[in-house]
Amino acid sequence: MKGKVIDVTLDNVVGEVMNMKNDGQRLVSFSTYNAGEGKIGILYHFDKALENTHLRLVADMDKPIPSVSGVYFSALLVENEIRDQWDVKFDGLVLDFNRTLLLDPEVTKVPLANNLKIGPKN
Amino acid sequence: MFGSFIKKSRAKSPWIMHFDCGSCNGCDIEVLACLTPLYDVERFGIINVGNPKHADVLLVTGTVNHRNKKVLKNIYDQMPEPKAVIAIGACGLTGGVFREAYNVVGGVDKVIPVDVYVPGCPAKPEAIIDGVVAGLAKFAQKVEEAG
Amino acid sequence: MATTVIPFGPQHPVLPEPVHLTLKVEDEIVKEAIPALGYVHRGLEKLCEIRDFNQMITVCERVCGICSMIHGACYSQSIEELMGIEIPDRAKLLRVIWSELHRMHSHLLWLGLFADAFGFEALFMQFWKIRERIMDINEATAGSRVIVSVNIIGGVRADLSPDQLRWILSELDIVEKEVRELQDTMMNDYTIKTRTVGIGVMTKAQAWELGAAGPTLRGSGVAQDMRQQGYGGYAFLDFEPVVETAGDCWARSTVRFREVLQSADLVRQAISKLPEGELAVKVKGNPPEGEVYHRVEQPRGECMYYIRGNGTKNLDRLRIRTPTFANIPPLLAMLPECELADVPVIVLSIDPCISCTER
Ligand code: SF4
Repeated sequence: MKGKVIDVTLDNVVGEVMNMKNDGQRLVSFSTYNAGEGKIGILYHFDKALENTHLRLVADMDKPIPSVSGVYFSALLVENEIRDQWDVKFDGLVLDFNRTLLLDPEVTKVPLANNLKIGPKN
Repeated sequence: MFGSFIKKSRAKSPWIMHFDCGSCNGCDIEVLACLTPLYDVERFGIINVGNPKHADVLLVTGTVNHRNKKVLKNIYDQMPEPKAVIAIGACGLTGGVFREAYNVVGGVDKVIPVDVYVPGCPAKPEAIIDGVVAGLAKFAQKVEEAG
Repeated sequence: MATTVIPFGPQHPVLPEPVHLTLKVEDEIVKEAIPALGYVHRGLEKLCEIRDFNQMITVCERVCGICSMIHGACYSQSIEELMGIEIPDRAKLLRVIWSELHRMHSHLLWLGLFADAFGFEALFMQFWKIRERIMDINEATAGSRVIVSVNIIGGVRADLSPDQLRWILSELDIVEKEVRELQDTMMNDYTIKTRTVGIGVMTKAQAWELGAAGPTLRGSGVAQDMRQQGYGGYAFLDFEPVVETAGDCWARSTVRFREVLQSADLVRQAISKLPEGELAVKVKGNPPEGEVYHRVEQPRGECMYYIRGNGTKNLDRLRIRTPTFANIPPLLAMLPECELADVPVIVLSIDPCISCTER
């Protein structure tokens, strides 16, 4: 993968993202993948003068992940999308659509986390 | 007298409305291209309107998903009787390349009755015009039957 | 002052696609805008688990019909990077030619729709008339008007003969001449300026912080264009990103207008440098385990693909972040304090492509 990859943890992800912002980096987006054993991998992609930097966070799907939408407002959409696609919670999301950004109640499976069923939305 | 006048003009100068369900835009821009100088469907008296209450014919592009099926149904219900529906593109017919995706319900006919199917991915403007002309014949027939 | 809530969309005459905005207005002034998406969401990222990596090209081209060529090229380049394939130079430049033709038709399409948004229908028809020449080129060279489907993993499947190249050049001259005739209207017309100058202003710092992409970013004075990375055939070509500094709707439309001319120039450069050679290399095996991150410049801005291979013919994960997805937060920042009548113009000024956004 092009660019530098920095590993982060649940505790320091917000701080690291803040450092990126102070460094004048632009948040491109997040990518998610299934890291196995109920874990989700999230890559935070940054860009500055066409140089890529990525932060990699591997976290449990059933625990809330600290939201960075307070640091970068633009993280709001992608965090809501991840909520839709993986049913993970974000702590401190500035505008939480509660899994209705893209999906309707008719979709009863969590799309990307295979074979995971959910109950009705509340 | 007035009734027969309206009857005649509805079939002669149908107003169409275009609704984009989950289309990839390929079919969408081809529908729009039909309205522009090269293809120019206005020569058949066809005018594109934005309000379903004014429309006689509904053109639908794209796959139906769980959220827009309610909008589609709503728009269809608002159109005055009689009305014709034309589904455009592989997506509008069956779901096209997206048929197995988790949020796709399928073709337009899963939600509302369809009169004419225009195949293609994307459907060419010529095919769309053909479809509209075929739809008009059905529409005129419906106007006749409605009396 | 009492607040009124006005729904904008999902079916709205200026929007070709369904998207919904809830506008909170006080006396004609918009105070807050909340988006509701999901009307076009299909979930095609997950299709990579049931379609093999060659079939996925077809799906990726249909993420968005307007920039389909560039989606296909981006996907193919990512897979080529993952598999360590170097494609022939001729294929690289052929991809550039079709990509830039796509950019031209997309921008002309948008300029037309934009003119329609402020009610200038004659201009809309003019731009779409010019655009038909490019559609003709696509149809004559690749067999389809909108989705040209020329990419395969390892190269391209169609070639351009010397006759076709000459014809493309002569058509481009006509397109360029006709576009230039509209330049004065688009940039200097009094009525157009009253609808666009000073409307929906976004500063350079805001654009950067909100992660804007493409013409929305360049219209605010940031000279960033993914083609500067020199991916694919762009390494052989010379160009400067088009930048405007005003940050309003006028600046964004001017950026796109000038990019039409820039793309015509890039096609000419690519044709003049087109080497003889193979169209594609043979590809053996499946994508190996690993990740790639690839960014390209689409008509609407920077598009990012993230792909994880697992050694089988299916991919583990395909993630697509499209330019409009990045441009929605800036849009939400532009709308407050604008007049209700300007909402359609501002929404269109980011060139929204909802089918990209929601995939
Ligand atoms: S039929 Fe093809 S071109 Fe038309 S909306 Fe579907 S995928 Fe796009």
